[in-house]
Amino acid sequence: MSDITRESVEHLAMLARIALTEEEVTQLTGELSQIVDAIATVSEVAGDDVPATSHPVPLSDVMRDDVPGETLSLEDVFRGAPAHDGERFRVSAILGEEQ
Amino acid sequence: MKDKLMDFDKALELFDPVLGFEVHVELNTRTKMFSASPNPANPEFEDAAPNTLITPLDLGLPGSMPVPNRAAVRSAISLGLALGCEIAESSRFARKNYYYPDLPKNYQISQFDEPIAFDGSVQIELSDGRLIDIPIERAHIEEDAGKLTHVGGSTGRIQGAEYSMVDYNRAGVPLVEIVTRTIVGAGVDAPEYAKAYVATIRDIVRGLGISEAKMERGNLRCDANISLMPKGSTTFGTRTETKNVNSLRSAERAIRYEIQRQAQILADGGTIKQETRHWHEDTGRTSAGRPKSDADDYRYFPEPDMLPLTPARELVEELRAQLPEQPVARRRRLKEEWGFTDLEFQDIANGGLVDTVEQTIAAGATPASARKWWTGELSRVANERGVDASTLVSAEHVAELTKLIDEGTLNDRLAREALAGVIEGEGSPSEVVDKRELAVVSDDGALIAAVDEALAAQPDVLQKIRDGKVQAAGAVIGAVMKAMRGQADAGRVREIVLARASN
Repeated sequence: MSDITRESVEHLAMLARIALTEEEVTQLTGELSQIVDAIATVSEVAGDDVPATSHPVPLSDVMRDDVPGETLSLEDVFRGAPAHDGERFRVSAILGEEQ
Repeated sequence: MKDKLMDFDKALELFDPVLGFEVHVELNTRTKMFSASPNPANPEFEDAAPNTLITPLDLGLPGSMPVPNRAAVRSAISLGLALGCEIAESSRFARKNYYYPDLPKNYQISQFDEPIAFDGSVQIELSDGRLIDIPIERAHIEEDAGKLTHVGGSTGRIQGAEYSMVDYNRAGVPLVEIVTRTIVGAGVDAPEYAKAYVATIRDIVRGLGISEAKMERGNLRCDANISLMPKGSTTFGTRTETKNVNSLRSAERAIRYEIQRQAQILADGGTIKQETRHWHEDTGRTSAGRPKSDADDYRYFPEPDMLPLTPARELVEELRAQLPEQPVARRRRLKEEWGFTDLEFQDIANGGLVDTVEQTIAAGATPASARKWWTGELSRVANERGVDASTLVSAEHVAELTKLIDEGTLNDRLAREALAGVIEGEGSPSEVVDKRELAVVSDDGALIAAVDEALAAQPDVLQKIRDGKVQAAGAVIGAVMKAMRGQADAGRVREIVLARASN
């Protein structure tokens, strides 16, 4: 059994900035537990002698040359923005520091 | 609220400071780390208007995929080698998850358990010449975040802000983050350690040519971790992390301030809160930022959109062979070769002119004259204009100018005028001399005529000289220089005056 609890779901929801109702927390606690258990099954099969694999094809070092490509127009940049002033995106004030 | 501060020396009698630094270096490749967008940390694109250096990846748009920049990876390997690090046989990227509007993907691509470089050491030199080895834990590749400007509220600071404006040009700029191991034993020198360490990193990346390293532009940023432990203890205290340390001077001052602030709290029986603090250059204080909390639960996991990097050993050795001399060794060698005192050399080093003076000497100037023009007239003009002296004229031009002086074509005053012409883009020193007709007149015919004219106006001078008052010649020399608009060869004029007196 996984150790997914209501508290861990609430914690993850806070980190992801998602507001969950009590019912949703209950539902997700169960669903996440099942997912974690399913993955644990894989761990049982893969012993220490099996190297970690991030991709099915053994490739590495795929890189690009340092050559500038096409950039977006301001119109496209702001196409999906809920708020902007034509130069910059506008977002709610968030507690933090000036960057 | 104003912090209570303990006297610095008293604080160091009671406590040992423990330091750690995280320095972020923006690489100056032409494109960003994972996208083909032009890189604003490259001078070619640094003045771009907000949100014009943007590709779909920089906005986190669905379907966009990161591909690492080969040149940036090479720069990171070179930097790792210059820091004495091992270069990983296999290195991979990781997602650092956090929700803040400076990165629209909601995660930063970084490296976690497999950094490109690790286990190094870098030597710094304190002002009294002591050499200190700073242990390096790792140097890893990541991407910079966008720039937030907070608007509204009474103070303009974040607490009163009503909203924030975001420019994503900086999002995705290639960064190498250099993390030291814990540094103990600095004692009263802790503030100087900070300054010397950041200066050394700056010199290393400039020497490699991989970053513009302008702290005022944020190309090089330092986070300073500091904690105190009671004298004699070996148990580390709680640390704070001071950000916004954007000059060498503030690196020194911020460490000093935190030592004094923490010492007072501990002496009063209080405890240090583990938190991020912000350095304010204007007030010379730090203030509390957000406390370390759940928000720092970054849930790193391997970046599924990119493959591992496995730098070929041949490439690593090729880059190692190209490494420039270490900054400390180079500075000592040049100071010796040029025959400067510590103070004379510091003038050059503090002005960021070591490379420029070296080029000027290579172009034929003597060390003394190269130093004189760069730290004198050129630095003065640069200060007035708020630019780097090295951007005003070329090293070759300064070398040519000193040659014209040595040949007697120019005197000091005329040389300054010629230099002004070069700065204004009128051409090389020789060209300016021709155009402005600046050359010193040492033609005897013209000088003798001018001397005789001046003597006629001051008939008693010759008798004074004959009476032994040689300094009376000064008045005539002055009159001749004035008549010839400063272009007379003063030495020759003096000879002519004295010759007339001995007749």
